[in-house]
Amino acid sequence: MKHYLLSIQQPGGGPAAPEVLEPIMRDVEAFNDELRAAGAWVFAGGLHDPASATVVRVRGDEVLVTDGPYAEGKEHVGGLSIIAAPDLDAALEWGRKLARATTLPVEVRPFQGEPGDHLS
Amino acid sequence: MNARAEIERVFREEYGRAVAVLVRRFGDIDAAEEAVQEAFTAALRRWPVEGPPPGPAGWIITTAVNRAVDRHRRESSRDDRHARAALLHTRDEPAEEGPVRDDRLRLLFTCCHPALAPAARVALTLRLLGGLTTAQIARAFLVPEPTMAQRLVRAKNKIRDARIPYRVPREADLPDRLRSVLAVVYLIFTEGHTASSGDRLGREDLCAEAIRLARLLVGLMPDEPEVLGLLALLLLTESRRAARTGPDGGPVPLADQDRTHWDRGLVAEGQDLVRRCLRRGRPGPYQVQAAINAVHGDAPDAAGTDWRQILQLYDLLLALDPSPVVALNRAVAVAEVDGPQAALSLVDALGGDRAPNRVMDRYHVYHAVRADLLRRLGRDAEAARAYEAAAARTQNAAERAFLQRRRQELLRAR
Repeated sequence: MKHYLLSIQQPGGGPAAPEVLEPIMRDVEAFNDELRAAGAWVFAGGLHDPASATVVRVRGDEVLVTDGPYAEGKEHVGGLSIIAAPDLDAALEWGRKLARATTLPVEVRPFQGEPGDHLS
Repeated sequence: MNARAEIERVFREEYGRAVAVLVRRFGDIDAAEEAVQEAFTAALRRWPVEGPPPGPAGWIITTAVNRAVDRHRRESSRDDRHARAALLHTRDEPAEEGPVRDDRLRLLFTCCHPALAPAARVALTLRLLGGLTTAQIARAFLVPEPTMAQRLVRAKNKIRDARIPYRVPREADLPDRLRSVLAVVYLIFTEGHTASSGDRLGREDLCAEAIRLARLLVGLMPDEPEVLGLLALLLLTESRRAARTGPDGGPVPLADQDRTHWDRGLVAEGQDLVRRCLRRGRPGPYQVQAAINAVHGDAPDAAGTDWRQILQLYDLLLALDPSPVVALNRAVAVAEVDGPQAALSLVDALGGDRAPNRVMDRYHVYHAVRADLLRRLGRDAEAARAYEAAAARTQNAAERAFLQRRRQELLRAR
């Protein structure tokens, strides 16, 4: 098994209207249920808007705290899911399902090492 | 046969199989390549002295496996974790259903995985299954060698890190994944057939390599009609090689080719494959393109070609693959059946400002086809402008010279 990060690529322009969002959230919940039933669920969560972000960085001996996201982009990570899958084909199958549920592009990226190396 | 020639023959025929077997055994592409290369180096040293072994291919694989085992043992004891991390994923592979698959088929599907960039799929396939060196692949694709080396390293790292599986995809995914494999083989062939840029019209090595890969695929998946269709298409196209280049190195259009220079053996083999695959009743784009080329193979000359049948096949192809490039090729057949005016109306509808993204405007063949139709309609000034547009849009020097010559002939005739 290997861990993969599925990150949901959200376009800018604020949250979708509730009537759009509601069926999506239902589909995402069903996706998470399916992951759990398959024993592939590791972690999942949605993120607040990038405007809620704070950046912490080291400058010499000091640690600076600044408002805002680290990088302004047209897209940002709107939420993420960490899954366990035997190989990329299996991970891409989950990625396809999440993209369908969220209607948004999903980046599938492998974690380094084996699952036993982290979260143990 | 002397030992050196024998080693070269075994290299051409068995390199891919040896790498494929070792990748499955050791789960590491770099280690497999290294071990197989070491085995061939050992053969170069020993076969001229001792004579080639009775089973040369088996000797290479056994020698390579022994080298890899030695190396694996050394490295595992030195840095077990690192060696483990380098393992390509083969352990959790589910038990395969159906007939035992050749390792080369696994390797092909890994090399042509859609998670890799198309250019990387082509390079990996040529390197791992064709045994071409990085320098040879870089030359064939006209990129600097370090660029090609980096492309290969990145692709191999992604296979390892993202754990791209080493197996033949399950039945449900097979059509999609096979399409990607066939596209890679076709791309290798077309790159050799008409170099997309540079001076020479063809790079025969790539064509030969693509045909070898297509033959291999036919051997491994004899029940897939599109696989047969692809091989047929490559063979029928290849049959015209000697006739498609003039004495000055420029291209000779199909209508003007000396058909006595077509390779009749390849035509017959291609036509036989077309009949075999079409009997399955599952037509696909490669089969239909092959069938179109098979009809050309039957014709004594351009005028004696069964253009109605070709047009019917293009109708089918357009239904399977409704792309503007197919529509453009169909218009060429329409010109032969219904005349150049009917064809020009179709061609003009594809280009110009109405077309999405103006993709046809950038395509030199679109302008060359228009130029030819305008010339046949006696609209010489417009034809000359279209030839000029076509010449400006091709990167291939031989093709550009041909288009410019056509334009000058028109201007002289006025």
